[in-house]
Amino acid sequence: MALVGRALLILALIVALYGIGASVFGARTGRREWIDSGRRAVYALAGLATLAFAILEDAFFRSDFSYNVVAQHSSTTTPTFYKLAAAWSSQEGSLLLWVFLLSVWSSLILFLTRRKVREIAPYATAVLLGFGAFFTSLAVFFANPFATSATPPAEGAGLDPLLLHPSMMIHPPMLYSGYTLLTIPFAFAVGALITGRLGAEWISVTRRFALAAWLFLGIGILLGARWSYTELGWGGYWAWDPVENAALMPWLCITAFIHSIMIQEKRGMLKVWNASLVLGAGTLSILGTFLVRSGILNSIHAFGASTLGVPFVTLIGAMVIGSIALIVWRREQLRSDARLESLWSREAVFLFQNMVLVAMVLVVFWITFFPLISEALTGTKVSVGPPAFRPFIVPLALMLVLLSGIGPIIAWRRVTLANLRRGFALPVAAGLVTLIVLVLVPGGPSSRPFALIMFGLAGFVLAGVVQELWRGVSARRAITHDAVPLALVGLIRRNRRRYGGYIVHAGLAVLLVGVAASSSFQHSQDVLLSPGQKAHVDGYTIRYVRPVESVSDQKIAFGAVLNVSKGGKHVTTVTTTRNFYPSQDPNDGLVGKFFDSANSDSEVGLDAGLRRDIWTVINVQTAPLAGLINQGNNVFAKYAPQVMTQAATMPPARAQQAMNALWTERDVAVAEIAHRFVTHPWKTEFLLIVDPLVTWIWLGALIIGGGGLIALWPVPSLARRRAAAPKTARPSGPPPVPVREPA
Amino acid sequence: MSSLPELLIVLAVVAGLVLFISAPLRRLSPPPEESADVAELEAAREAKYRELRDAELDHRTGKLSDEDYAELDTALRAEAIEILRGIDRATIERQ
Repeated sequence: MALVGRALLILALIVALYGIGASVFGARTGRREWIDSGRRAVYALAGLATLAFAILEDAFFRSDFSYNVVAQHSSTTTPTFYKLAAAWSSQEGSLLLWVFLLSVWSSLILFLTRRKVREIAPYATAVLLGFGAFFTSLAVFFANPFATSATPPAEGAGLDPLLLHPSMMIHPPMLYSGYTLLTIPFAFAVGALITGRLGAEWISVTRRFALAAWLFLGIGILLGARWSYTELGWGGYWAWDPVENAALMPWLCITAFIHSIMIQEKRGMLKVWNASLVLGAGTLSILGTFLVRSGILNSIHAFGASTLGVPFVTLIGAMVIGSIALIVWRREQLRSDARLESLWSREAVFLFQNMVLVAMVLVVFWITFFPLISEALTGTKVSVGPPAFRPFIVPLALMLVLLSGIGPIIAWRRVTLANLRRGFALPVAAGLVTLIVLVLVPGGPSSRPFALIMFGLAGFVLAGVVQELWRGVSARRAITHDAVPLALVGLIRRNRRRYGGYIVHAGLAVLLVGVAASSSFQHSQDVLLSPGQKAHVDGYTIRYVRPVESVSDQKIAFGAVLNVSKGGKHVTTVTTTRNFYPSQDPNDGLVGKFFDSANSDSEVGLDAGLRRDIWTVINVQTAPLAGLINQGNNVFAKYAPQVMTQAATMPPARAQQAMNALWTERDVAVAEIAHRFVTHPWKTEFLLIVDPLVTWIWLGALIIGGGGLIALWPVPSLARRRAAAPKTARPSGPPPVPVREPA
Repeated sequence: MSSLPELLIVLAVVAGLVLFISAPLRRLSPPPEESADVAELEAAREAKYRELRDAELDHRTGKLSDEDYAELDTALRAEAIEILRGIDRATIERQ
């Protein structure tokens, strides 16, 4: 089926190119049939990409090593769950996933808007198909997922052990969904700028997709952080790695857009700003995709150096120049319809919040690309790490939390002093009480002022959100007389954007409390322990009870059972392991291939709780086994060719038997060597960490995700109204503006 | 020889694609469509309705004083009526 897969990709490229031409021709001439044909090209692209992706997944599922990409990224011993995920662990497969997701999301928006944004949609279709054509051409000409080998290997190289983690099944599709969804507001913004239709319509049709992009990208980032925390064995969840930053930048940009777009909807203001944000977010999403593939910046996430740099730089250059040219061209139409009435209004807070978010994007961009900039200017690639980000990001994050607390409390347009006092009294009191209590607590966090301020601000935000929910519920109950839970559900259902947003703000406060606490008050120790020995971390005693070991077809696992106690009382028992996967490097030898540390990963021993996480990882060195491994290599290097030569002269069934006997003996030898870890244990390295409130990060993320889903869900009454609305024209005369309804 | 079935699959896909994508070009008369001006005004109307509802909720939850709300509500309703009149004008012109 590789031929069919390749043909589908070529057809996809032809269809995308045709669709661009048909859409632009239809838009220029006003011929509806060409515009419809162009839209159908997007649906066809989605169908072709889906079929091609299914063929590739099938090849991985069947372990068909005639496909080069399957041979390089999977093996017969790879669990089925991960075989399917292995498709996007490769450059080729991930490009195909990009095309698949882009075409599916594009089809969805174009189907939903088939009777709307008539003038903008054809240009948006052309832009979306342009992205489709770009990524399809990369898959056709530079990284073909359907390339085959005439002499396929008997066994594949297997999946990178670091990717053997459940979140790896979801993390890349989530990130790619976020990136591809960001191209939709980008495409419609381009269409709006080309046609000069810069009113509320393009915003209303793409707002939900911008929100979906924000949600998916956010989930992808958080899953990546969780993977880093539980899989990478360094004890953290965020390393300011270029690829992490590449996902964070468009997320920050689209967060700003989601807020400032409301000001344009309500007041007709910030049109240049919004167009710039959405074009910037779209460009940053392509930049993020490029960083993963180019290898220009060192990252553990990247696919490594590749030949895709020039096409990507060309595309990004075209996007940047084109975006600036369009905004300059339409600058007259992008003038604001209104002015900011008061600095004490929600739109002013949104504006400040936008500035903070854009400042964060600029800081992250500058520091991430500083190694490249320094290399270009001085010839020396300066490496920068997390400490370079903190002096800028920490104060900006504090300002962001403060503004996210103020926003929900004040009204649009203007407020009076009395209303301000009424709105701020409780949240400010809650923030101050939090601060005072934490300062007075013996051994509290007063030694870390930034963390302390973050806790106080979080108290302010959470109290503000609770107050707003309570006031909304009270207002609703005054009319409906519902019970509190019912009134709360009704309130949120009727005002999903508003209260979904407030819940997101509460989640952000919870998440940043977790970040502030875990980064300021982490206690860690790197220790060498023998069985029976102890280490002390932040008042906890961690004892290395005994070594454990297991051997299977897929891996050898060396681990340790650790007993954790505090003040003489048992707290928990955790097990951490280091897994060694068979390497494909012939230089490792027939026995040594099972002990190659380059092919190993960590399994963290974790006891997570609301107050603190106890995080442990073992780092087993196989050097003490080197003598035995070399001996085994030598024996089998001599013995295996003899058996193979004899087997070549035997009937097939007997030859198979002889080979099986050889591998069984080798496996027994490997198991014996591995068992030495238990029978003759040696001093082993451990990283032991006690980290407060890490769980709050994941809880905060769940709250943010829940709030995002609420805001994303269509408003039922509006949906019903739309469904029930007659298709005929209204009778003459304006309909009444809405009557007042329960909150 | 094993590539013959694959070739037939590709040919079938090509035929399906041509039929599917060219269907609108073979249509005798394009479907009637709504004016872009009306659609844009309708989007503005929806946004204005949302703004009215938001102002009302701000008032009920104590963020807007009675005087401020009355003034704001009157202004927003006037803006909404202006948009509705614009929709009517655009619809009549089109007819």
